[in-house]
Amino acid sequence: MQAKEKIVFERPMSVIDRATHYCPGCQHGVIHRLVGEVLDEMGLREKAILVSAIGCSVFLYNYLDVDAVEAPHGRAPAVATGVKRARPDNFVFTYQGDGDLASIGLAEIMHCANRGERVATVFVNNTIYGMTGGQMAPTTMIGQKTTTCPGGRCREREGQPLKMAEIIAGLGGTAYCARVAVDTVKHLTAAKKALRKAFEVQEKGLGFGFVEFLATCPTGWKMTPVKANERIAEELIPYFPLGEFKDESKNTEAC
Amino acid sequence: MPSRTGPRIFIKGNEAVAHGALAAKCRCFFGYPITPQNEIPEMMSSAICEAGGEFVQAESEVAAANMLLGATAAGIRAMTSSSSPGISLKQEAISYMAGSELPGVIVNMSRGGPGLGDIGPAQGDYFQSVKGGGHGDYRTLVLAPATCQEAYDLTIEAFDLAFKYKNPVLVLGDAIIGQMKEPVTTWTPEHIAEGEAADWGLSGAKGRPKRLVKSLFLEDGALAGHNLMLKDKYERMRAEVRFETFETEDAELVVVAFGSIGRIAKSAVRKLRKAGRKVGLFRPITLYPFPDEALRALAAGGRRFLTVEHNLGQMVEDVRLALAPHTGSGFFSILPGNLPTPDDFEAPILGALEG
Repeated sequence: MQAKEKIVFERPMSVIDRATHYCPGCQHGVIHRLVGEVLDEMGLREKAILVSAIGCSVFLYNYLDVDAVEAPHGRAPAVATGVKRARPDNFVFTYQGDGDLASIGLAEIMHCANRGERVATVFVNNTIYGMTGGQMAPTTMIGQKTTTCPGGRCREREGQPLKMAEIIAGLGGTAYCARVAVDTVKHLTAAKKALRKAFEVQEKGLGFGFVEFLATCPTGWKMTPVKANERIAEELIPYFPLGEFKDESKNTEAC
Repeated sequence: MPSRTGPRIFIKGNEAVAHGALAAKCRCFFGYPITPQNEIPEMMSSAICEAGGEFVQAESEVAAANMLLGATAAGIRAMTSSSSPGISLKQEAISYMAGSELPGVIVNMSRGGPGLGDIGPAQGDYFQSVKGGGHGDYRTLVLAPATCQEAYDLTIEAFDLAFKYKNPVLVLGDAIIGQMKEPVTTWTPEHIAEGEAADWGLSGAKGRPKRLVKSLFLEDGALAGHNLMLKDKYERMRAEVRFETFETEDAELVVVAFGSIGRIAKSAVRKLRKAGRKVGLFRPITLYPFPDEALRALAAGGRRFLTVEHNLGQMVEDVRLALAPHTGSGFFSILPGNLPTPDDFEAPILGALEG
């Protein structure tokens, strides 16, 4: 008699079965999977339009089985605005890194949020420009060494790391805003819940949804994957606190 | 040509652009204030919504052009408008739209430059418009209206051409075209197909493979192949060449001018004709593709040429290139800050006629 098999873990339908280009220990893959799971669970894959950004995650369009358009550096929220205004019945989301969103694209993300565009943004903050080889980002921590601040980021010269979740939560059109991490199982569970809420506010027509993911860049940080994962709790979370900064997902009317 | 039976209305060139866009069933407009094009977003802010479309006043010209990129990726008729400094800011998205083959319509009611320049008419954006104002190896179709009627007609045509070639189309006017008021006979195109982007626009991957709109090609040879495909498209665009000739048949001297200056030059030519002088006008309507063959054909008849522009000499380079096997072209420059009258052109035209 054969043992009864039960499948308990599968690749989400929204995620394409192929190897990624990411470095070992990079958490983009984990976050891609979470996005795929939430798209599946909410039944959004067939109506989703992804706006991909410039940086390591530009190839997300190769990994998700959804329609996609590639935006110029920092402009994903503007492109998403155009897509959503053109196709209000589709589910529209951007996936952006910290160089893209918090530096060159600061105007676009803030105004997209402030207008309350019915789109969602997945923001991956790994405190560095990964794709271009590890330069200083607006989110680079004080003292963190990068190829353009080899002596470590200095508050006097380069300013403090930008806290995007707090900034976005302060804008009127934002219906949901949270900061999460994927360094522990507990954090992963919370991250998925947050992502789901950020997607739900769009489906309910309530406004803009935003989730900031704290993520590793072992190559840019010059750390092993394990050490990089530990840095999330040791250095990043104390400065970038996790939690929900705005939640109007229970509202029945637009903010 | 559809019958032009709509109401005849007295409007500014900027309003003619907006009316034309609405007649062409433009669904999304993305704007940002800058003089002298403000009547376009001002009118669209209510009119396009009444027509069931969307208006966004963007946070910048950069954002407006990228909203256009997004809306056209969804296969929707959409447009943005601006004036010279704002058009510089839109070049990033125009390059991406060219690389991604997106049918964006961009209207430039140009003003004096460089820099902040002034807010009066000028034609200093010819190079930026026809030589590819952004980065990379690409072309945009460029239409240059000379009247408010043409501003209306060419805006409608801009949408058709943009979708026909899946390529950005520029409508290049100036402060004269944008701000002057004259009667326009409105008409509504009948040929606009529903779902004209059904086979490529992003709409969600329901019941079909996912679609991807992008301009990044990293695989070996992929970008070269893509650019060669674009080159073929640019060759096909040559079929769209448009120009006006006036009294050129027996002309000994042909004035070459585009847009509002072409129209003012036409008045000068008309006056000189009445005085028995054998002069004519050649007015390119498409600046890209440039009507070089038609111009060359005129040169083969042994005529002289004088190019007149509201700049230090830009289109004259293309005129000279077109005429090169046969002859050259004189050049007469009008500087920003001056609004020329037909009389201003008489002396230079007669000078060129008499050699």
